[in-house]
Amino acid sequence: MAIEVRGLRKSYGDNEAVRGVDFSVRRGEVYGLLGPNGAGKTSTVEILEGYRERTAGEVSVLGFDPQQRPRALRERVGIVLQSSGIYRHVTVKEALEHFAGFYPDPRDVDEVVELAGLRGKESARTRTLSGGQLRRLDFALALIGDPELIFLDEPTTGFDPQARRGAWDTIRSLKALGKTVLLTTHYLDEAQVLADRVAIIKDGKILVEGAPSELGAGSGAVSYRVAWRNGSGLLNQQETDDPTTFLHELTAAALARGEKLDSLSVTRPTLEDVYMELTA
Amino acid sequence: MSALTATHPAPSFATLAWRQYRLERRMFWRNPSAAFFNFMLPLLLLAMFGAIFSSNQDDLDVIVPGIAGMSVVSTTFSALAYNMTAMRENGVMKRMRGTPMPSGAYLLAIAGHSVTNTALQMVLIIGSGKLFFGVDWPPQPVELLLFVLLGVVCFASLGVALSHVIPNNESAPAYVNAIFLPLIIVSGVFYDAADVPSFLAGIAQALPLTHLIDGLSAAMVTGSGIDDQISSIGVIVAWTVFGVAFAIRGFSWEARRN
Repeated sequence: MAIEVRGLRKSYGDNEAVRGVDFSVRRGEVYGLLGPNGAGKTSTVEILEGYRERTAGEVSVLGFDPQQRPRALRERVGIVLQSSGIYRHVTVKEALEHFAGFYPDPRDVDEVVELAGLRGKESARTRTLSGGQLRRLDFALALIGDPELIFLDEPTTGFDPQARRGAWDTIRSLKALGKTVLLTTHYLDEAQVLADRVAIIKDGKILVEGAPSELGAGSGAVSYRVAWRNGSGLLNQQETDDPTTFLHELTAAALARGEKLDSLSVTRPTLEDVYMELTA
Repeated sequence: MSALTATHPAPSFATLAWRQYRLERRMFWRNPSAAFFNFMLPLLLLAMFGAIFSSNQDDLDVIVPGIAGMSVVSTTFSALAYNMTAMRENGVMKRMRGTPMPSGAYLLAIAGHSVTNTALQMVLIIGSGKLFFGVDWPPQPVELLLFVLLGVVCFASLGVALSHVIPNNESAPAYVNAIFLPLIIVSGVFYDAADVPSFLAGIAQALPLTHLIDGLSAAMVTGSGIDDQISSIGVIVAWTVFGVAFAIRGFSWEARRN
């Protein structure tokens, strides 16, 4: 396991931001934490990154306790924070070379420039970069140490659609390299496309966890939706937790009446359906 | 995977501190406005007041150590209050905190950068004092070094402590100047602190810059020894204790929320 979290709690004064969270992230997995603002995503991730001390619970990141901030752990982890800064007058290449010097076995600067989509911007000072380019620099700086585990806290917030595709390609290539990624996001399509497993978190608790394609089905959170046109052409919809029985009865009745069920479809809930249902 | 991958030893504390220091130096000179305010202003003031007082050696003997004392304050106290606030609020410190860079090496580099500016200014001020203002080479170089060191530690710690109070980048100049400007006027940068009304003199005697300038004046002009400056050293050290305590106590790597 790359990350193990058991009974994690975090309070800020009277406000309990994380209220007993359990999850594990396997090595090589892309794991998504989904949830509305204030759900406890960033608190959870920043505890794992070593920025915050937990109030209670067990946490292990690559076998270390992040709260102790061991350097050996920081050498193996890359962090893209929700927001962070960089010297305004440093060039992209200088920044990458400087950060590469922190690590025992950094990646090649040119390679990371390419991977992060910063080709052609190497000698640009960071103050001249656009928001999207700065975000790519965040990625590049997180990857320069060749980390095993990468934390991405809302990595594509504020991106235009094309830039998001670019970031997704970068994250996919991390997965292809065998890296473990812990991703938080507001965007359901992002989790659907990138994550092997997601957890939906709200009010400091995980509500449901699983592969994006399977979430909801079987968990009872959201039912199956069956749609068809009846004999008079009217569209019907029915939600059911037991599609087998429902379809059997529906088709049997239709056959008995000698009707066809035009446009019959059974849809599984999408991640968005599950999310909207759980976090509403 | 690490069993098969050849791993190199992690860069040492000293190496990392040195690299960070060099980056801070490079970034400093690339930002003309910061370089101007932190570096050129004391020298410009020295040139202006030197010209105004050029007919009176007594005044020149006051202004050269006075500007030297002010330089210690602007290169450490003001510069660190600005820098620490800016790096905290811009999120540079938080990013650094997530890398293998040891916190101590990072802070050492930032402090070293400030102290380099102090040293460079001292050289320029003493050099111009000798060349243009009839102030001889410092008669007490060891005492000079001692007071510069005491001043650097004192005002650096006070600058870091002040940065904890400054809520955001926009208000940093107001906070720093609200302290810096009255401080340099009351503490006798531009005139002999002995000449001011008694209520101001009382305030001045409680402030560390007055005593730093006294010490610098003894080392650079009058040549009176360290033995005569024990009470000045005491006041500076007391402020240093206060500064260090609050510099450590309120330290935050992250931007203030709201």
